Amino acid sequence: MAEMIWLVPLLPLLSSVLLMLGSASFPRLLVAVLGVGSVASAALLTMSIGMDFLADPQPFQMTLWTWMQVGNFSPGIAFYFDGLTLVMMSVITGVGFLIHLFSTEFMEQDSSYARYFAYLNMFVAAMLVLVMADNLLLLYLGWEGVGVCSYLLVGFWYQNSANGQAARKAFVVTRIGDTAMALGLFLLFTELGTLNIQGLVGAANQQWQVGDTLPLIACLLLLGGAVGKSAQLPLHTWLPDAMAGPTPVSALIHAATMVTAGVYLIARTHGLFLLAPTAMMVVAVIGLATSLMAAFTALMQSDIKRILAYSTISQIGYMFLALGVGAWAAGIFHLMTHAFFKALLFLGSGAIIHYLHHEHNIFKMGGLRSKMPVTFWSFMIGSAALAALPMTSGFFSKDQILLQAYQLPGPGPWLWLGGLVGALLTAVYSFRLVFVVFFGEAKTQTEGDTGWRMAVPLVTLCTLSLIGGYFVIPLDQVFPASSGDHPAHWVEYVSISVPLVGVLLAYLIFHSGQLNVSRLVNSSIGQSLRQFWHSGWGIDWLYDVLLVRPYYQLSRIMKGEPVDAVYSLIVALNLTFNHWLAESQTGRMRWYIASMVAGLILLLTLALQIPLEAV
Amino acid sequence: MLMVNLILILLVGGVLAMLSERLGETMPRKVALAVVLVDIVYLLSQLSAMPQLTQLQAPVPDDPSTWLMHFKAQWIPAFGINIEFALDGISLLMVMLTLVLGAIAVSSSWTDVTTKQGFFEANLLWTLAGVLGVFMALDLFLFFLFWEVMLIPMYFMIAIWGHENRGYAAMKFFIFTQASGLLMLVATLALVAVNQNATGVWSFSYFDLLHTSMSGQTAHWLMLGFFVAFVVKLPGFPFHTWLPDAHTQAPTAGSVILAGILLKTGAYGLIRFAVPLFPQAALDFSFVAMLLGVAGVVYGAVLAFAQTDFKRLVAYSSVSHMGFVLLGVYAWNELALQGAVMQMVAHGFSTAALFMIAGSLQERLHTRDMREMGGLWQQMPRMGAVAMFFVVASLGLPGLGNFVAEFLVLLGLFQANPWMTAVAALGLITGAIYSLILMQRSFQGEPNARYDSHRLVDFAGREMFTMTVMMVALVALGLYPQPVLDMAQPVLQSLLELTSAGVTP
Repeated sequence: MAEMIWLVPLLPLLSSVLLMLGSASFPRLLVAVLGVGSVASAALLTMSIGMDFLADPQPFQMTLWTWMQVGNFSPGIAFYFDGLTLVMMSVITGVGFLIHLFSTEFMEQDSSYARYFAYLNMFVAAMLVLVMADNLLLLYLGWEGVGVCSYLLVGFWYQNSANGQAARKAFVVTRIGDTAMALGLFLLFTELGTLNIQGLVGAANQQWQVGDTLPLIACLLLLGGAVGKSAQLPLHTWLPDAMAGPTPVSALIHAATMVTAGVYLIARTHGLFLLAPTAMMVVAVIGLATSLMAAFTALMQSDIKRILAYSTISQIGYMFLALGVGAWAAGIFHLMTHAFFKALLFLGSGAIIHYLHHEHNIFKMGGLRSKMPVTFWSFMIGSAALAALPMTSGFFSKDQILLQAYQLPGPGPWLWLGGLVGALLTAVYSFRLVFVVFFGEAKTQTEGDTGWRMAVPLVTLCTLSLIGGYFVIPLDQVFPASSGDHPAHWVEYVSISVPLVGVLLAYLIFHSGQLNVSRLVNSSIGQSLRQFWHSGWGIDWLYDVLLVRPYYQLSRIMKGEPVDAVYSLIVALNLTFNHWLAESQTGRMRWYIASMVAGLILLLTLALQIPLEAV
Repeated sequence: MLMVNLILILLVGGVLAMLSERLGETMPRKVALAVVLVDIVYLLSQLSAMPQLTQLQAPVPDDPSTWLMHFKAQWIPAFGINIEFALDGISLLMVMLTLVLGAIAVSSSWTDVTTKQGFFEANLLWTLAGVLGVFMALDLFLFFLFWEVMLIPMYFMIAIWGHENRGYAAMKFFIFTQASGLLMLVATLALVAVNQNATGVWSFSYFDLLHTSMSGQTAHWLMLGFFVAFVVKLPGFPFHTWLPDAHTQAPTAGSVILAGILLKTGAYGLIRFAVPLFPQAALDFSFVAMLLGVAGVVYGAVLAFAQTDFKRLVAYSSVSHMGFVLLGVYAWNELALQGAVMQMVAHGFSTAALFMIAGSLQERLHTRDMREMGGLWQQMPRMGAVAMFFVVASLGLPGLGNFVAEFLVLLGLFQANPWMTAVAALGLITGAIYSLILMQRSFQGEPNARYDSHRLVDFAGREMFTMTVMMVALVALGLYPQPVLDMAQPVLQSLLELTSAGVTP
C-alpha cells in the first residue's frame, strides 16, 4: 500500500478541483458525496498504509518528481513517512472525515455548498502535504496552502466585511511568522546545502555543536513560523477573530489540524532544536506564557466560540511547553487528544449555534441539557477531557507533559507550577461553559437536537476523547527516548487533583452560587483586570497602535506618490522657463530691435576681449 | 532568417490589420490574432527542427556560433553597424512569452476598443515587433532602434485609446523612456568609441564589445547610462513614476503588453547588457542596485495598498514585483538569476491577467474605483474565483510560478547579502496586505447597491479560455518550472563565468 501514498493528498485535491469547476451545476448530493467521499477514501487509505507500517515500522521516502533544480538546490515533490507522519495523517483524515460529514448537515441551507466543500477538501490536501513533505520547501507549500484555505474559509461568508477583515488578519499575521520561517529556510540551505529534513538534521549535527549561534538563529526563525501558525504569543491575535468562519471550519482548521502545524514543525525538526537549548527554552516559555494568558482570557469571554478559541491557544501552549522541555512524544500525544476533544467541543458548539439561530452568547443559552442531550454529553465529555479529568484522553496527555516538565533540570518545577495554574484555569473555564450553557434556566428556544450526520461525528469524537488516552502512538523511532524515571508521588497526586479542584470551583461559582465572587469581580481592581483579560491583555490594541494604524497612515501620506514630486518640479521649472521665453515674444518691433542691438553689443564686447587676452 | 521573419510578419501583419478595417469593423482584431498565431506556429515549427534545443549547450557569450541561432547582414559598414540577431535560451524564452502574451492581449481587447480598430491592432502588432527586436538584436545600434520602435506605437495606444487622463500619461511615458533611452544611446556611442580607440575597428556588435577594456571610471559612467535606461523601463525605484499613470490610463491590451512584456525588456537589458558589458562596474554598483530593488519592493507594496483605483493598485504591485527582479539580477548568482528570469515569466502572466480583470470590470461597471465596487463575487462568481487565483499568485502562493521566482531570488540574495534579504522579505508580508485588500474591496464585502438593478455579465467562453491558459501556465511554472529553468540555465551559467573572469576579486 505504501506506494499509493501520493493518492492520499491527491484524492481531496482532485475532488476540490472538480467542485470548483462544476460548482454551479452539481446537485447537492453529488457535492456531498465528492466532498466527504474523497476524505473518507483518503482516511481509509491512510489506515491501510498505517496497518502495514505498524506491522513493519520502516520509515520510507518517496519522490514523485524533482520540483526544481538550480545548482545544488533540488527540492523534490517528495514524501517522507514515519510514525509521526502516520499520527498526523490519521488525525487529519480521520477527524477531517468526521467534520466533513458533520458539515453536510450543518451547511445544508447554504447557497455556496459546493464552494464550501471545495475549500475544505483543498485544505485537507494542503494539510496532508504539510505533514508528508520530506523537505522544508514542500512543507512550506502545504504551510502556505493551509493558510490560504484558512483565509478562504474564515471569509467564507464574504458579504459581511467583518468576516473579510478577520480572514485578512488571519492571513497577514500568520504571514509575518511565515516570513521568518522563509528566512530560516534560506539560512538552513545556505549553511547546510539542503532542505531535505532528514538530511538537514544530519548535516546540522555534523557541522554544528550544541549551543552554537547558527542553529539558535535557525531555530528561532522556524519558531517564528510556528508561533504564527499555532497562534502563540506574540502572533496569536488572529485566532479568536478567525472564529468568523463556519463552525466546522473552526473545528477542523482552527482546533484540530492547521493550528497544530507549528507543533508538528518543531517536532519534525527536533534534531535542530536539540542543538539550540536556548531556543528550546524559548519554546517552553512561550508555550507556558501563552497557555496562561489565553486561559485567563477564556475565563472572561461570553462568546462560546471565542472561549473555545482561547482554549485552543492555551492548549497549544501546553504542546509548546512539552516541546520546549524535550517531551516530544507527549507534545504530539496532546496534539492528537486535543484534536479529538477540541473538535468535539467545536462541533458541539456548532450544533448549539445551528439550533439556536446563530446565538453565540453563552449567557443567552442555559438549560440546554434536556433539549439537546447528544450535544450536552458531547460537551460533558469534551470538557472533561479538556480539563484533564482522570481517565479521559486529555488527562493522559497533559499529565505526561506536566510530569516531564517537572523533571527538567533547573526551571522544571517552575514550569510545572505554571502549567498547574493553567490546568486549574482550564477546568474552571471549561466547566463554567458547561454549567452556564446546559444547566439553569432556558433562555432561548431551540429547534431540537442534531440529525444523524451531526450526531455520528459527535458520538465518534466522544468515544475518541474518552479512550484516546489509551492509544499507543508509534513515535519511539522518531524521537529520542525520555528518561524513564518518575518524579515523586506527591507531584503526580497534585497534578491529578488540581483539575478536580477547578471543576469544583466552577460548580460553586457558576452553578450552585455558593461561592460568591461578585464582590471581587466588581471591585475596581477586579473590574479593570476583567476588562484587561477580556480584551486579550490589550495585545490587539497594542498592535493596532504600533503597526496597523501607522501602516494605514503611511500609505495615506504616500498615496500621492512623493517621488513624483521631484519630476513634477522639473516639469514646473520647464514650464516657468518656457513662460519667460514666451513672454519675450511680444510682437513689438521696437523691442526686438533693441534686444538685437543689445545682444550684438554684448557679443562684440566678448569677441573683442577674447583675442586681447589670448595675445 | 527565422528571427527576421518573426519581426517582419508582425510588421506587415500590422499593416494588413489596418487595411482590413475596410472589410468590416471586426476584421482587424481577427487579422491581428491570426498574425500573432501565425508567428507562434512559425516559431514552433522552426524550433522543432532545431536539434540543439533538446540538449542546450552553454552558449559562449562572445562566440555567436555557439548560440542557438545567429544572423548577421551588413547595414552601415562604415560604422560597423550590422543587422545582427542572435537567440539563446533566455531570449527564446522572452520571445515565446511575448508572442503568447501578445495573443492574449489581442483577445483582451476583443470588445473594448470601438474606434479606429485597424490602427489600434496595427500599433499592438508593431509594439510586439519592437519587443521581439529588442529581445533578439545583438547589435547595439539595432537594439536601440528597436528600443524606440516599441516605444512609439505604445505611445499611440495610450494617447489615442487610453482613459480620461491619457494625454498626460502618454506624454509622461514617452518622456521617461525617451530621456533614459538617450542616456543609453550616449553610453552606447561612447562604448563603441572606446572600443574603436583600443582596437581600431568600428563595431556595434555585442560580441565585439564584450571585452572592451576601459578605465574603471569610464566603465562606471557607461554602465550607469545603460542601468538608468533599463531601470526606468523595469521600472525600478525611483524611476517608476511613469508606470502607474501609463498603466492606469492605457487600454486593457496596452496594460497587458506594458506589464507583461515591456517591463521585461528592462530586466532583459540588465542581464544581457548592463552587467556583462561592465562586470567590474556592475559589481561595484551592486549594493546600490540592490538597495533600489529593496526600496522598490517595499515602496511599491505600500503604495499599492494605498490605492483606490483597481488598475493603479495592480500597477504599483508591478513596481514591487519588479524590485525582486532587480534584486535577483544584482545578487548575480545562479539561484537569484534563475529567480529573476522566472519572475519575468510568471509576473507576465499574473499581472496580465489582473489587468484583464481590471479591464473587464471597467467595461461592465464603467469605473475602476474600488469604492464603487464590493461584493461583485455574488453576481460574477467566475470572475471572482479567477481574480482570487491571480491574487494569491501575486502574493506568492507556493505551487504557482510567482512563488518559485520570489523564493529563488530571495534564496540567492541571502547568499549574497542576508540583511538585504531580511528587508526584502518584508515584501512577502506587504504583498499579502495589498493583494488581499484588492480582493476585499472589489469582489468581497457587501454587494454595492448600484449594481442591484442591472445584471453584470460574468466571464464566459472567450475570457475563461484566456484566463485558463494563464492559470495553467502559472500552475505548471509553480509545480514543474524545470523546462524554463533548463532553458535559462546554460545562458546564466556562461554569463556567470564571463563576468567572474572580468572582475578582480
